[in-house]
Amino acid sequence: MSGDTPLLAVRDLRTHFHTFSGVVRAVNGVSFDVGKGEVMGLVGESGGGKSVVGFSILGLIDSPGKIEGGQIMLDGEDLVSAGEARMRQIRGREISMVFQDPMTSLNPLHTVGRQMDEVLRLHSDLDASARQKACVAMLESVGISRAAERLGAYPHQFSGGMRQRVVIAIAMLAQPRLIIADEPTTALDVTIQSQILKLMRAQIADKGASMILITHDLAVVSEMADHITVLYCGNVVERGKTRDLIEMPAHPYTRGLIDSIPDPSNRQDRLRQIPGSVPDIRNLPKGCNFRDRCPRAQAVCREVEPELMAQHATLWAACHFPLKPGELA
Amino acid sequence: MTTFLQSELFHNYRRSSSAIIGSGLMALFAFAVLAGPFLVAQDPYDIAALNLMDSYKPPVWLEGGDPRFILGTDGQGRDVWASVLYGARISVFIGLVAMMASCLIGTALGLIAGFYGGILDTVIMRIADVQLSFPSILIALFLMSAVGTGVDKVLIALTAVGWVVYARTVRGSTLSEIEKEYVQAAKVAGLPNRKIIRKHVLPNVLTPLIVIATIQVGTFVLIEASLSFLGVGVPITQPSLGLLIKNGFDVLFSGLWWTSVFPGFAIMMLVFGINLFGDFLRDELNPRLK
Repeated sequence: MSGDTPLLAVRDLRTHFHTFSGVVRAVNGVSFDVGKGEVMGLVGESGGGKSVVGFSILGLIDSPGKIEGGQIMLDGEDLVSAGEARMRQIRGREISMVFQDPMTSLNPLHTVGRQMDEVLRLHSDLDASARQKACVAMLESVGISRAAERLGAYPHQFSGGMRQRVVIAIAMLAQPRLIIADEPTTALDVTIQSQILKLMRAQIADKGASMILITHDLAVVSEMADHITVLYCGNVVERGKTRDLIEMPAHPYTRGLIDSIPDPSNRQDRLRQIPGSVPDIRNLPKGCNFRDRCPRAQAVCREVEPELMAQHATLWAACHFPLKPGELA
Repeated sequence: MTTFLQSELFHNYRRSSSAIIGSGLMALFAFAVLAGPFLVAQDPYDIAALNLMDSYKPPVWLEGGDPRFILGTDGQGRDVWASVLYGARISVFIGLVAMMASCLIGTALGLIAGFYGGILDTVIMRIADVQLSFPSILIALFLMSAVGTGVDKVLIALTAVGWVVYARTVRGSTLSEIEKEYVQAAKVAGLPNRKIIRKHVLPNVLTPLIVIATIQVGTFVLIEASLSFLGVGVPITQPSLGLLIKNGFDVLFSGLWWTSVFPGFAIMMLVFGINLFGDFLRDELNPRLK
């Protein structure tokens, strides 16, 4: 991590959901930093608590969920203890979000222009014509031609990829310092995915913003992110610089995720997968949460929960028996 | 306007005979209600214009009919045709106003219940559940006997009965709307809740209400008629169609049928027209039937 204070520092974040069938510890002691201008990839299987981290940062955890503890420091300001009024200023202005499904993240009844204008009306002092100009410029910068005309169009008049461009434009409008992208390319065609990723990269580089990229797709995150944090059952199991983590992961779970990416040059073997599925998060037993699916698990893994420890290169992993560089699980 | 004429809705409307008949009947009543006073020579509520010598004249095509009174007269010599036109005004007025009030209150409560959830949701919806377990005419009767008669009291009773369907429908649609990402996106953009409700949720839950509102006008006309027939509805000085039926009912079996039958026929046509058109709208606006 860089020397100066990071833009966002999450420390020991715990977000729990109190349901009738028990407490769901969706996020249970997660810490990470996002430096200025950095892209941080948040990776894990579904149900791993990735999106809950995103919504916790925005203060949008609805009942029965609650942030039970920890700190979320945005440039030195703690968002966990900030009031709702302050959070409303922060949302959209300091932190904005790009959603998974561009088919539902735009209101079908309002024109694109009106939905863009809404953000600027809320977060800037510009007059109507200045706002209009800003919207046109923003749409153009995300690669939408005839932008002035398109402001009057409704979401259904755009294709999926175009809509995601609009969503990105809306997210960038108020020039936020942090963008949380929650599976931004999952709902898109593969051919569109890399365009959208490039666009997001260019946008944040251009505006000097930081980004948290939430995804289950290691291929996407390895293209985009500077750092990667791997979540499993609400805990950080491994983190480090993207290249180190992809090329020589220390945690068997990360190894499993990487091995389950199809490799077109090797068509002989069956695609490898991680055996089993994510355990019931309502009653996690003590010890390592991954042990039942882990090929390296031993007796100690049933008893002692591993701490996040420095490994080779830039990696930190929570494992009693971490992999050495190049070692297969 | 041209876009409306090219729309699917208008296209289907022109091919649906029930929609045309229904809206035709509604248009007829709209005209009768608006132009009624100009269509008849006699003001049926102006005592001075009545002549007891004209009482119980049969319709004009029967023996003893008077060409001045096409549909005959009642016991006070009041023109039945004029009474029906004036009565329809009151019936339609009550139906429309009570519908609007119900819609306003029910939609607001449904939005609140669906959006905020929790204790508000529980309270509002349990009241609605309890209310739905009683026949609406019973609740209306109970309220009318508690607050007394009068047009305003009828409106209150009908609104108290009618808000429930809107609240339930709107709450259901709201719950599914707020799960959609554009509502999340609006929250993420920092929009305050009431703006999210007004600008993003409300417009997206309105469509099913159009159908409910249309059919409810018919239902309200019927409930009001029942209340008036039972003597707890509108006062005798402002007789609605229902009260006209009641007034004529006393002499119905003496062969003086016209004083009851014509107001009854008017109610039937009005509700029939509304329901036909409402059915058409339901078929058109229900995405599941497409």
